[in-house]
Amino acid sequence: MPPADRHLGARLLTHGSTLTFLRKVQHPSQHPVDRFAEDLARFEAVRGPFKRTRPYDTDSRIPVDGAGAGFSSKVSIGMSASYLLLVLIVLGLFGYYLGKSRAVAIPVTPESRLHSVPSYHGYFVALWAGVPAFLLLALWVMLEGWLIMALVLGAMPERLTNVGDQELSLLRATILNHANGIDTGQTLDPAIEAAAVHYTTLSSIGNWCILVLGSVGAMVGVRFALRQVSMSLRARNHVEQVINVVLILCSLVAIMTTVGIVLSLLFEAMLFLSHVHPYDFLFGLQWSPQIAIRADQVGSSGAFGAVPLFTGTLLISAVAMAVAVPIGLLSAIYMAEYAPPLVRSLAKPVLEILAGIPTVVYGFFAALTMAPFVRRVFGAEGLGFDVSSESALAAGVVMGIMIIPFVSSLSDDVINAVPQSLRDGSYGLGATKSETISQVLLPAALPGIVGAILLAVSRAIGETMIVTMAAGLSANLTANPFEAVTTVTVQIATLLVGDQEFDSPKTLSAFGLGLVLFVVTLLLNIIALWVVNKYREKYD
Amino acid sequence: MVSKMIDATTTPWVQVTAPGGGTGRIKIRSSGVKVYYGDKQALKGINLDIAENSVTALIGPSGCGKSTYLRCLNRMNDTIDRCRVEGTISLDGEDIYGRTIDTVQLRARVGMVFQKPNPFPKSIFDNVAYGPRIHGLARRIEDLEEIVQRSLERAGLWSEVKSRLLDPGTGLSGGQQQRLCIARAIAVNPEVILMDEPCSALDPIATAHIEELIDELRANYTIVIVTHNMQQAARVSQKTAFFHLGDLVEFNDTAEIFTNPRDDKTQGYITGRYG
Repeated sequence: MPPADRHLGARLLTHGSTLTFLRKVQHPSQHPVDRFAEDLARFEAVRGPFKRTRPYDTDSRIPVDGAGAGFSSKVSIGMSASYLLLVLIVLGLFGYYLGKSRAVAIPVTPESRLHSVPSYHGYFVALWAGVPAFLLLALWVMLEGWLIMALVLGAMPERLTNVGDQELSLLRATILNHANGIDTGQTLDPAIEAAAVHYTTLSSIGNWCILVLGSVGAMVGVRFALRQVSMSLRARNHVEQVINVVLILCSLVAIMTTVGIVLSLLFEAMLFLSHVHPYDFLFGLQWSPQIAIRADQVGSSGAFGAVPLFTGTLLISAVAMAVAVPIGLLSAIYMAEYAPPLVRSLAKPVLEILAGIPTVVYGFFAALTMAPFVRRVFGAEGLGFDVSSESALAAGVVMGIMIIPFVSSLSDDVINAVPQSLRDGSYGLGATKSETISQVLLPAALPGIVGAILLAVSRAIGETMIVTMAAGLSANLTANPFEAVTTVTVQIATLLVGDQEFDSPKTLSAFGLGLVLFVVTLLLNIIALWVVNKYREKYD
Repeated sequence: MVSKMIDATTTPWVQVTAPGGGTGRIKIRSSGVKVYYGDKQALKGINLDIAENSVTALIGPSGCGKSTYLRCLNRMNDTIDRCRVEGTISLDGEDIYGRTIDTVQLRARVGMVFQKPNPFPKSIFDNVAYGPRIHGLARRIEDLEEIVQRSLERAGLWSEVKSRLLDPGTGLSGGQQQRLCIARAIAVNPEVILMDEPCSALDPIATAHIEELIDELRANYTIVIVTHNMQQAARVSQKTAFFHLGDLVEFNDTAEIFTNPRDDKTQGYITGRYG
């Protein structure tokens, strides 16, 4: 590697991780140095000119002594938190026994009993050891970075801090990197080095403080709670309240994660839609997301009409459901109503094995067995259709086989859950088994069956591997199951495989597709819930 | 399954006279009926004759086998996997456990009303029309409507539901649901109606309704009713059979059973000493 190249690389690293480099594949003829220079230029066009503190020099990677000096006494927030946790556990156990024994010591007469049993007093004291200290720790973790950075920046000379927002955030990143010992390979302004040391010191002090404060807080909590222990203390109710809050927090984590995923998807998709008009994206008939880096490359005009992908997804899902719903439902009926117990106890697990086969293996099966089979049966030697070697039919059939257990297992459970009294009522009127099933059991089990089918549909829409291997990548707009089609998920996977730049419409279109996929599955779920509720009202 | 010749002398103490109405003909004869659930024997050889157009009540403590016996009469026990039936039961002289019998036809002749009202998740009309439809009793929709109306009228439900026949049957009150189930059973025009504690899930007013109904239905149908309520047995039935631990202890006219029980166990049960 030529020296100049290495330096450029080192310099670019300091820009942070938002910029990744394009792969050689896209510039087969270009020299790497030219690419780096080009990318630097592109970056500067987006983020403004990069401030050069010093010309490049070969020895710039030697660590700066000043920054290293403060590291020895450093306590990270992780260490501090784990020590504090240890202290809290010990104090909590201690508090539990203290609280319990104090409650036991309260004299009890037949007229006046403890409001709560002694162990609840123990829990009460233990919670008072943990909860305040835990809240303190959480607050510190949230505010630590911001607080310390504000202090550090305040102490720095004004010539460095009195700059624009972007420069300031770069400055913060530089200080942080330096303080964390990340070698950026550049020689820094002494003021920045001093700030890094300052940062390290402050954060170490802060972490020690939080350890001490947390422990003291826990002890104060225990002492406070012990004073509360009395005959009339409603320890049981207080503990119940804390449990309630803990449960709420846990479910909040799940909800907030979902919100976070949706938001990240939404923002990236918005970015994409600023490049491509939503109308062109949703209703365009041409999909070819190859955006050239330079104007003179082949295929410089990308097309982002997603309709071929939607129809491809629909086509393959429809084929899959046409296979999975009848087979799954009928086998569920057999297992629930006709099969002797022995057959049922064997057949059900075997059928569920289908769900455990990795989709890649199904992909092999689709590409190597089903696709040639479809070609032989329907192709020129068979029924005379024009069958492409990668067909929607092959992928859809195999996907349908994969989905069978979803339909059959859930439907089986639902049919079994129909009250025996309805079966008796129907048999008591002289109905045969199939009359009972089709006219009484299936209508009663309908909400659950619809739920099972919709679950299978969302599984089919989200399935990627089988389609990648068996249906191909060509975005044909067709309803002919013998042609190669591609799906939304396959395109997302293809668009994001490998190193990609995250500001080109090509990559961003993956998020646009992801958003559409999300909205569709959300709608499916809403419909499923609606159906289930509508019929549940009627049948309960 | 053991098939035996039907022998009227196996039940010599049965009075064939049917006080309070009835034709006096025997509708169902059973002899030596034994039922096993797996290894457990639930009925130990029951000989019991049921008279046509009368109400026969089966009483006894829980687990005595009266419901099991009832379910033998339309072969509902066939739907239970581990259940085995021995002995002979004949309907109008025809062995219902014989090879030529079609259980579907049998159950159309011997209808059943269950302990808990179990209307299908369908409209009131479709609930009643279910049986006639599967048995092809009505060729035209007018015929079907007539059958539905007549059945609901007989079950004493018509005036309450005639304006909302298309509402779900599950939306009715408990007592109405049970009468709907009776209407559903009547609609296939059975000869015998089996009732398994039909009032146990109902309040006293709904119970009174059903009891009245049973008394009216006796004119056209042979009714066998299982009940835990001895007053109910006394009110609605002409014959009463007392079961105990899988045995038929005593079978006689209802008035006799309740005023002059011959067996100590019967006396103990009806006077509330045990059971």
